[in-house]
Amino acid sequence: MKPAATKVASGGSGAGKPRLTTSAMIASIASEGQRTKPAPFGHALVELARQDDTILGMTADLGKYTDLHIFGQAFPDRYYQMGMAEQLLFGAASGLAAEGFTPVATTYAVFASRRAYDFIHQTIAEEDRNVKIVCALPGLTSGYGPSHQATEDLALFRAMPNMVVIDPCDALEIEQAVTAMGRHKGPVYLRLLRGQVPLVLDEYGYSFELGKAKMLRDGYEVLFISSGIMTMRALEAAKALENDRIDAAVLHVPTIKPLDTAAILEACSRPGRLVVVAENHTVNGGLGEAVAGLLMREGVHPVFRMIGLPDEFLAAGALPTLHDRYGISTGAICNRVKEWLG
Amino acid sequence: MSTASIGHNVSLERRAWNIRRHAILMGEVQGQGYIAQALDIADVLATAYFHAMRYRPDDPEWEGRDRFLLSNGHYAIALYAALIEAGIVPEEELESYGSDESRLPMSGMASYTPGMEMSGGSLGLGLSIAVGKCLGLKRKRSDSRVYTLFSDGELDEGSVWEAIMSAAHYKLDNLIAIVDVNNQQADGPSTSVMAFEPLTDKIEAFGWFTQRVDGNDLGEVRDAFDAAKAQHGRGKPSMIIADTLMGKGVPFLEAREKNHFIRVEGHEWELALAALEERKPA
Repeated sequence: MKPAATKVASGGSGAGKPRLTTSAMIASIASEGQRTKPAPFGHALVELARQDDTILGMTADLGKYTDLHIFGQAFPDRYYQMGMAEQLLFGAASGLAAEGFTPVATTYAVFASRRAYDFIHQTIAEEDRNVKIVCALPGLTSGYGPSHQATEDLALFRAMPNMVVIDPCDALEIEQAVTAMGRHKGPVYLRLLRGQVPLVLDEYGYSFELGKAKMLRDGYEVLFISSGIMTMRALEAAKALENDRIDAAVLHVPTIKPLDTAAILEACSRPGRLVVVAENHTVNGGLGEAVAGLLMREGVHPVFRMIGLPDEFLAAGALPTLHDRYGISTGAICNRVKEWLG
Repeated sequence: MSTASIGHNVSLERRAWNIRRHAILMGEVQGQGYIAQALDIADVLATAYFHAMRYRPDDPEWEGRDRFLLSNGHYAIALYAALIEAGIVPEEELESYGSDESRLPMSGMASYTPGMEMSGGSLGLGLSIAVGKCLGLKRKRSDSRVYTLFSDGELDEGSVWEAIMSAAHYKLDNLIAIVDVNNQQADGPSTSVMAFEPLTDKIEAFGWFTQRVDGNDLGEVRDAFDAAKAQHGRGKPSMIIADTLMGKGVPFLEAREKNHFIRVEGHEWELALAALEERKPA
């Protein structure tokens, strides 16, 4: 049974109780008071396009909602509005790539992964075209309901040969990933955070490298393996767990494919750590199962747990409510880890 | 630049006949194939490759070439026949058609075959790719054109109409699309599977320069290609609706009960070749 998701939002009468509204499409994933940067993808793409004149921007009526409009304003003659037609968007991107251009095509993750899957599979991945697919609202980053919640995008694109899959954590990483994907020749799927995007990784002296996992903090009791916004949450959880004298490491794995198997195996081989994979994605077919499969194949058997979205259609509602309910908020992560550690 | 390396004085009739013959020989190798479609589209392909298009047989990726996108990948047997006739694929490779390690798989794929510009098989992709290639050629200020062939069954695919709308929006007058109306798709006559007529009116209403011809009348097909090419610079994409007869050129196949994948018995390949031989043009 699906809980009535919007009750919190529509109640509104509780004295002094903040009214949480459904954060549909314009919400920032940033928590209150968090440092942010505006539209890191749009600005980074403009920078990349200044150096690489093959870069083109394309969208299916979601330029403003993927921060691509910033590119469109800077380079109006390199910006293609394809209308609300995702199949056309990716087919045409393939054609432009075949003519030597580097199209960066944006839409929502649900539409790229579900509606246009065969077009991406056949015209981009199979033909190995140099198209960059950049998609907003990955995983559970919209409270609009299943139509806009791309809870299975990583599983779908992981399954596609030739496709590089990136799940960045914050504004810094998005900027660096844009540069890296421009250098990589071949199809890339990049999960996008847009609008006011949290800035987190600069505190860790972090730099993105395609295909590389990075240990952001060490710890001897728990090893978080995470990608995307769940790395931000894992870092927050690790800090909070210090109060309970629990020492947690965080291995950030922004490139879901190809997976940095060496770094993951090394981290998981250290004895005595509870391994917790945390992902903003269904538990089916994402980072968690990728890591589990790797560990099984290589005979590395730590105590292993997964934090991810359940195999169900998720509710509509306010994101904080939903993240708590589905176990991917910082608080929920801490509670689970403490349970698991007994 | 000549359009073919061999036989400059060969008539279009003979080119079309040669394409049919290559296709039948390939069908015989596998004992199957979309041979009825190859026979129906041979006149269009002969006109494209030996009248309309610009290319270099020894350099299939020459930047100045016209692009040919085969959206209906199951017509690969027909396009291979044209590529062989054009000197892009060596004739001896015909014997490898559909075999392991062959460059000529049963469904056309970009990475396998010189001169094959896209991977078909999944229907309804070609026009979208063509839109991108046309936009790219315009960016490069190239005067090359994009030709794309698709089938009437593909008109059922929504993506085809997305592409038709956008080609007009972007004024892609470097695009010449040809739809093969043989009125046959997997589940039966195309018009009964999903009514698409009046097709000329529909495409015209989308803003295309639209012509409807007997796709097996070389004179009509040639004039249509000429008129479509003359659209370059006029701001409209061109559609050639080619009504064709499945099995064209081999009477017993023309008369066979129409089917998307027609059955040809083992001994009939020789009969088909013989029937074709009787109709050999000068």
